[in-house]
Amino acid sequence: MKAAPFEFVRPDDAADAVRRLMATGDGAKICGGSQSLGPMLNLRLVQVEQLVGLAHITALKQAQVDGDVLRIGAAVTHARIEDGDLPDLTAGLLPAVAANIAYRAVRNRGTLGGSIAHADPAADWVSVMCLLNASIVLLGPTGERRVPAKDFFLGPFTTALASDEIVLAIELRRFSPQARWAYRKVCRKPGEFADAIGAAWTDPARGQARALIGALSGMPHVVDGIDAVAKLQDPHTGPAAIQRMLDDAGVDDAYERDVHAEMLRQALADLNQASRSSP
Amino acid sequence: MRTITLQVNGQPISAPAEDRTHLADHLREQCGLTATHLGCEHGVCGACTLEIDGAPARSCITFAVACEGAQIRTLEAFENDPLMARLREAFTAEHALQCGYCTPGMLITARDIVNRLPQADEARIRLELAGNLCRCTGYRGIVRAIASVLAERRAASADTEAPHAA
Repeated sequence: MKAAPFEFVRPDDAADAVRRLMATGDGAKICGGSQSLGPMLNLRLVQVEQLVGLAHITALKQAQVDGDVLRIGAAVTHARIEDGDLPDLTAGLLPAVAANIAYRAVRNRGTLGGSIAHADPAADWVSVMCLLNASIVLLGPTGERRVPAKDFFLGPFTTALASDEIVLAIELRRFSPQARWAYRKVCRKPGEFADAIGAAWTDPARGQARALIGALSGMPHVVDGIDAVAKLQDPHTGPAAIQRMLDDAGVDDAYERDVHAEMLRQALADLNQASRSSP
Repeated sequence: MRTITLQVNGQPISAPAEDRTHLADHLREQCGLTATHLGCEHGVCGACTLEIDGAPARSCITFAVACEGAQIRTLEAFENDPLMARLREAFTAEHALQCGYCTPGMLITARDIVNRLPQADEARIRLELAGNLCRCTGYRGIVRAIASVLAERRAASADTEAPHAA
């Protein structure tokens, strides 16, 4: 199918994009590489008055390290992250996850900021940002603000982004050398959205750890804290703790419970080995 | 409707476009470039895969107006490309197509695999092809064709390195 008519605008820079959003109001939608929005527009699941394209804005394609913080511009593509085109402070987590998002042709266009703003519960970056509780940097009429991932993702396809704000960048803290991560997902076919995601991360030097189940009907369900993650890993307390996570996340279908529990079990097991990810 | 100018196959082409028109429709309908095929029109089948700024992309979920300033290459641009010529021969030799509908996207993807992943084995080729659907061949011929071009290039580069080793 073809998209319903809309006007496509190419703002000069991020501030201009915000001005465009202010002028059009709720009828405007931000667009990165259009790899998620494009299909939805073509299928007419989404109809907009105006599409504000951000993918061409040079400043949004930058990534830089400032001390212990990696700031990745919203228009950086998955393929660039996969290829190691930007500094990695995450012991390979970001490139490994990027490599298994959709297909290479999609990764060449799809952007980190677009994926986050879209907030599909099955999107890899949604789970990764929740796992690390990354800061999402937003630009609106009154300037920049930072929202931690746990407060940014409000529900499926719903975020804290106001109608006149754009995602400018995401910020991540450098992992300590002791940090470990594991990321597992299961897809019906390579490149499709995941049926289930299980992920775990621990950074003992920073006193932090998290584990999550993702690709739920809602946002990822996160367990936060070194003790809580240790309890999930413990062979005696783990199985019951995972079942409790599924209860708390409202997963009641038997297959869904099995597949999410299994992904998390595998991720927790991986955490004891070297950091790894598998599609 | 407005007139947009795109850099297509090395030449600027000015043509009218609605903002909602995706790149594949624009190339087929306004530029007369029909090698780019349309299957699903929602980014799943890969038939419309072409190159934007040197990298494979889905032209059905990329809007034409968003491509102003980008370098677009459709399959037509690869007529005299030596690697694409080898891939076409290999596709013929290995029976890597039947109806041919997926072939333009397959060739663009195949060329990217050969260039980007010179060490790719069969499993990796299959993984990389996951975004291009073929409903005739069962993929075996396509995988063999790509593997044969990769093997040939690996052999050629081993030959050029051999004198140094000896």
